[in-house]
Amino acid sequence: MTAPAAGRARAASLEFRGVTKRYGDAAGAPAGPSGIGARGAVNDLSFEVPAGAICVLVGPSGCGKTTSLKMVNRLIEPTAGEILLDGANVMGEDVTALRRRIGYVIQQVGLFPHLTVGRNVAVIPALVGWDEARQRARADELLSLVGLDPAHYRGRYPAQLSGGERQRVGVARALAADPPLMLMDEPFAAVDPIVRERLQDEFLRLQRELAKTILFVTHDIDEAIKMGDLIAVMEEGGRLAQFGPPDQILAHPASDFVARFVGADRGLKRLSLVTIGDLKLEPPPDPLGMPAFRPETKLRDALSVLLVAAARGGIALDEAGRPRGFVTVDAIASALADDYPGRRQAGAAGGDARTTTGADS
Amino acid sequence: MSGEPLVRWDWLFAHLGPIADRMGQHLYLAGIAVGLGFAISFALAALSIRRRRIYPLVTLLATAAYTIPSFALFAALVPVTGLTVLTAEIPLILYTFVLFVPNIVAGFDRVPWDVLDAADGMGFTRGQRWWRVELPLAVPLVVAGLRLASVSTIGLVTVSAILGDSLGGLGYYILDGYHRHFATEILVGGLLSIGLAVVADLGFVLLQRFLTPWASRRTEKARWT
Repeated sequence: MTAPAAGRARAASLEFRGVTKRYGDAAGAPAGPSGIGARGAVNDLSFEVPAGAICVLVGPSGCGKTTSLKMVNRLIEPTAGEILLDGANVMGEDVTALRRRIGYVIQQVGLFPHLTVGRNVAVIPALVGWDEARQRARADELLSLVGLDPAHYRGRYPAQLSGGERQRVGVARALAADPPLMLMDEPFAAVDPIVRERLQDEFLRLQRELAKTILFVTHDIDEAIKMGDLIAVMEEGGRLAQFGPPDQILAHPASDFVARFVGADRGLKRLSLVTIGDLKLEPPPDPLGMPAFRPETKLRDALSVLLVAAARGGIALDEAGRPRGFVTVDAIASALADDYPGRRQAGAAGGDARTTTGADS
Repeated sequence: MSGEPLVRWDWLFAHLGPIADRMGQHLYLAGIAVGLGFAISFALAALSIRRRRIYPLVTLLATAAYTIPSFALFAALVPVTGLTVLTAEIPLILYTFVLFVPNIVAGFDRVPWDVLDAADGMGFTRGQRWWRVELPLAVPLVVAGLRLASVSTIGLVTVSAILGDSLGGLGYYILDGYHRHFATEILVGGLLSIGLAVVADLGFVLLQRFLTPWASRRTEKARWT
């Protein structure tokens, strides 16, 4: 993998300050499916995303999460309130310039069917007048970054790609101008669960390298927990129900709505946020015949293995595969304590070791 | 009919020059009609796309124009515009609207909304979006309209021979052969007119292949452009 050429990725902080969008006014109804009636309205939304963090907007359909995202690049204009990018109101900037420095990835991808993959990726560099050689180098670099061999893919048309490949190209295209902020609206919702998980893992790995600020919309709480450093749970009427790190939202839902939305298995979901490597452990009494866990194994999966094997405990391995400690159901449960030292702040759980960068079909 | 052969080759070879001239005039008359018809239709389509409510009216008028027999239109126009190219062109242009406008409108309608959303969100200006995204994606249906209109117009040009010997393109030979009971002339006029229509159609097919390589999936080799 190569790092972006155009300087080390800068990231911008993002703040919503009392942002409201009302529909039903006579004029100014925006295009798109969410512009009907009160659906997609947003009510006094305030939160802050530090530079380099992934903030996930999650909620039932019609709760205004896509509207909120589209107000950042002004595809929708707020009725009231301010959105600050690095402290500057987005309404104060030229709209074209603003959009060109914000990456934009959508569920349907929206690749240009008449342009090759390479041209799609380089479309913004082309608009701002980079020369051919630089456009091409940038396209190749980004295709490699998202795991697509440039020699194989750059000359193909979008119609010749699988859903997963299209999403990768969409991400590469959004990264082309090295934007300090990326808006991602259900970017992985249109692919099958296996490809989705792989794309999520790869994106998280990419993000560890790029450290962009990302505003990510999904209706899927599991995706929100997996992807988010911060989660904004929105409810009908466009209100913010809760804002915080995934673990806090799972451990202490602020309302019945949030508790219902995250699900009765929120305790188990919290275990997805901690890995075996994070656990403090006692040495095993007798390691023979016990299940073994690699450090990146999520506690939820480890618990499942213990339950299925009806085992009293298992062996935690270190990076080198040596036994490190004794994993019991009690040890796993102890990780749910709020002050547990190994707990991660970020929801970005460790990448799955089986993930490959090959193309999906 | 006398006992002479169906095709008098000696007549044909003696008239190669005038035949070529008539063919040139035929293309000229058809070209003006298709060109102007396309320009006006494009404006009507653009207006229909922007103000959706007038689209049914535009379609209705274009269809109504298409139903008027060309002879009737000539009869109405001659007192005003005389036996001129203008008289010949007006019906030909009017007839193209019904072939062009729905194709152009459908071509732009068919541009997927997610592609437009992506273009807007990435910071295309209105003009850039139109030239670089909407127009190229509308090309297949626009060219479909051009194929229809050129084939139709090339056939219809022959009718303008009724306006006098200086018009009608190859239609002159059809009319003259009819008056003189001379089959060779009718065949020359008719077959060459058909030939022109086929060549024009093929030309537009090639143009479309050239303009929309993405629409055919033959492109397997890795290319940049």
